[in-house]
Amino acid sequence: MFLRVPLFYWVVFFLYPLLAIVGLSFLSEGQLDFTAFQRIISRAYYRERLLFTFGQAALSTLLTLLLALPAAQVMATYDFRGKTVLLALATLPFVLPTVVVAAAFKALLGDLGLVNRWLMHVLPLTEHPLPFERSLALILVTHVFYNYAIALHILSGYWRTQSMRVEEAARSLGCSPWRLWLQVRLPLLRPALFSAAALIFVFCFTSFGVVLLLGDVQHATLEVAIYRQVNIDLPTAAALSLTQSGLLFLLVWLHSRWSQADLHTPALQSSTSRTRPPQNTLEKIWLRTHVAIATVLVGAPLLALGWRSLSHAAGPLTPEHYINLTQIHQGSLLFVSPLTTIANSLRFALITTCFAVILGTMAAYWLAQRRKKRRRFPHLQHALFMMPLTTSAVTLGFGFTVVFASASTPEWFRALRGSVILIPILHTLVAFPFVLRCVYPALKAIAPSLREAAATLGAAPAQRWFRLELPLLSHGLFIGAIFAFVLSLGEFGASIFVIRPQQPTLPIAIFRLLSQPQPANFGMALALSVILLAICAAAFASLNLLRNSAPGEIRW
Amino acid sequence: MWYRNLILFLILFSLVPVAAQEDGDETTTLTLLTHDSFDLPPALLAEFAEETGIELRILRAGDTGTLITQAILSANDPLGDLLFGVDNTFLSRALAADLFLPYVSDRLAEIDPRFWLEDEERVTPIDYGDVCLNYDRAYFAEHQLAIPETLLDLTKAEYAGLLVVQNPATSSPGLAFLLATVAVFGVESGYNYLDFWQDLAENDVRITEGWTAAYFGEFTAGSETGTRPLVVSYASSPPFTVDEETGEAATGSIVAPDTCFRQVEYVGILRGTENEVQAQRFVDFMLSRAFQEALPDSMYVFPVHPGAALPAAFSEHAQIPAEPVVISAAEIAAGRQEWTQAWLELMLR
Repeated sequence: MFLRVPLFYWVVFFLYPLLAIVGLSFLSEGQLDFTAFQRIISRAYYRERLLFTFGQAALSTLLTLLLALPAAQVMATYDFRGKTVLLALATLPFVLPTVVVAAAFKALLGDLGLVNRWLMHVLPLTEHPLPFERSLALILVTHVFYNYAIALHILSGYWRTQSMRVEEAARSLGCSPWRLWLQVRLPLLRPALFSAAALIFVFCFTSFGVVLLLGDVQHATLEVAIYRQVNIDLPTAAALSLTQSGLLFLLVWLHSRWSQADLHTPALQSSTSRTRPPQNTLEKIWLRTHVAIATVLVGAPLLALGWRSLSHAAGPLTPEHYINLTQIHQGSLLFVSPLTTIANSLRFALITTCFAVILGTMAAYWLAQRRKKRRRFPHLQHALFMMPLTTSAVTLGFGFTVVFASASTPEWFRALRGSVILIPILHTLVAFPFVLRCVYPALKAIAPSLREAAATLGAAPAQRWFRLELPLLSHGLFIGAIFAFVLSLGEFGASIFVIRPQQPTLPIAIFRLLSQPQPANFGMALALSVILLAICAAAFASLNLLRNSAPGEIRW
Repeated sequence: MWYRNLILFLILFSLVPVAAQEDGDETTTLTLLTHDSFDLPPALLAEFAEETGIELRILRAGDTGTLITQAILSANDPLGDLLFGVDNTFLSRALAADLFLPYVSDRLAEIDPRFWLEDEERVTPIDYGDVCLNYDRAYFAEHQLAIPETLLDLTKAEYAGLLVVQNPATSSPGLAFLLATVAVFGVESGYNYLDFWQDLAENDVRITEGWTAAYFGEFTAGSETGTRPLVVSYASSPPFTVDEETGEAATGSIVAPDTCFRQVEYVGILRGTENEVQAQRFVDFMLSRAFQEALPDSMYVFPVHPGAALPAAFSEHAQIPAEPVVISAAEIAAGRQEWTQAWLELMLR
């Protein structure tokens, strides 16, 4: 009974809001009503949103793969100095909050950004030469930045498992470099390419913060269109949200099918260590080119973010933007001093972490129990708990909005609206499946004989749990907790729907400051972004504590 | 071991401040929920605090559209004690959601009777402003361009790429301008407001989410990086662009007949407040001469109090349009959502 708490939680905070969205899009005053759907089918605007969403996702995916494919070959083939550092650096974007990334690209390529400032200084110009601000190009570049690491890891990982012999045979038969790529490498890599492409496509399909912050008002993915409709007509927003969720589930399903079917086929012959230093000048140039691309792509926006957060129009470096953060004056945009938003975010993230660790562990035990009873559909519950992860953040936040706006909502649910735990509850929805994923394998790995031995030796159940199981699970729990913490810190798409203006989180504060045109607000947004980035990086760095200890060694 | 201590500390840190925050302080603090453009001299609020012992905190929730949505979504547990900044364009939405408690201030009798609302005690008018097109004088002089005189002029080729407007779903001047076009061009067949907007789109109009982004981000006279010499703003904006040396305003507003929309901003006491009496005192204060006279300089708007003296720059450079467009509150209430949605579906493509 006790272990079913995660299931109740899932029903109340995930299923109920989702059903509320379904109800709102199909029902009007208790009657079936298809007006909202008719509207989104008949108006060109909504069709174009769909096309734009697919189009930008396809373009982003294509660009990412084009850049990552040769880089993956470099990583899989050559040894060179700084390779580990570069790989670690390339992974960084994946854990960065969207608002931080958006801020970084504005700091690099925006009207007030580093490149434009520098060009104006060097050329000398009075106006910024590069019109990247609010362009589709900026959205695409940011998506590439985000997904480059994923593509690189999937492709180079798969590449390493493939035999070199086919390639060597082709080469000795006089195959040209072009034919080598087109007829040997690409077909061999096809499963990994498909898998990476599907994953990147899904991420870009649900892109919200990046498009909202970097795009023009005309650039709207379905997510952004839902967000805009909330101010106008809730049923239309609900119908859009339902359409978006349906398409997303379909995409995720396709991805899981592709990656399951193909990625696990055994390689022809895998060799463990076959990376080598580049042999001739041509190879050296090729290697350096791709190392340079990766370094610039990942490094430049982050450096620009740091640099611009410390600089004014043209003058010397100054901590002024950071000092501004401590102040709250009458005309300030935020109700609280921007520094308070850091405390808010840390507090929300810590509560989320506690919730997620408790719920995730309970869910893991519950699933393990059910598994033993050999129920039908053993994977069903697992898949259910993972659903919040495959639902877009905007839909999660919007679901809460709909529940709060509905007259039939129970009073206790409504009371959450004013509560500090509302944000942690929302964040826990996406955080606890992560903990579950980290804990469940560890739990399954505990041999029953261990428990039995402990019981035979006279350990009480509680003692058994604290002295035996908890230490064995701690490794997974720690990783899950860090993920929950960072997820909550950077969460933006769902929070923006339910946040109370007097308790803004860091990402919300960054968003509001970035949407204002004044340079002072821009500077503060960048300074806050640097702080958020530092906290996330520190949290992930703490995962290294695990490296020196085998599972179970961390004591609580 | 340090581990356990760290985790205990983190858990305590996460819970203690929450408890402390919930307690609140003992002195009466009123929270005024408002939009991002709200501003007042701190001295005025200090004066109010001294007189009444009530401290005012200002909570900016975004653009007016966002503000009203936020207020409606948290209707049962209001985000503040009063809401200021709901105007005649969004008023129907706020009233339909029954956000406010009735209150009729004694000072209401002192204000211009034109702003009284019939049979409506839940909101009190505080200021008004005319949403009009503003232009950059230097740009038009330099390019020897004539100032547009009607809304339809904006669709002419010589004004291509010059105008920036706001999204009416989020911005209140944006909605006001949309309503002006509805009033001028109508919704019936023939050349209606959507045809006009279609032509504006073909004439490369730029759209921003809010007024601040349009005026300080895109308008040539409001921003260093701006590229648009025409902006939807207020007839009262030009006084703020007066050059101290020459005494000339850098911008002007177009006040020709049928180009402007009169916006009245209201304050209401939010249902669910625990400080109703104090909130009423603040409403009274907002109608006082001192407050009304501070409005033009801090918020670019005109006082509803006819006795309030205007600052010199204002009486000199702000123009009041003689014939703003007329569109009744009932018409706005019936059509606002449909017009906004049709606009969005046409313009944000």
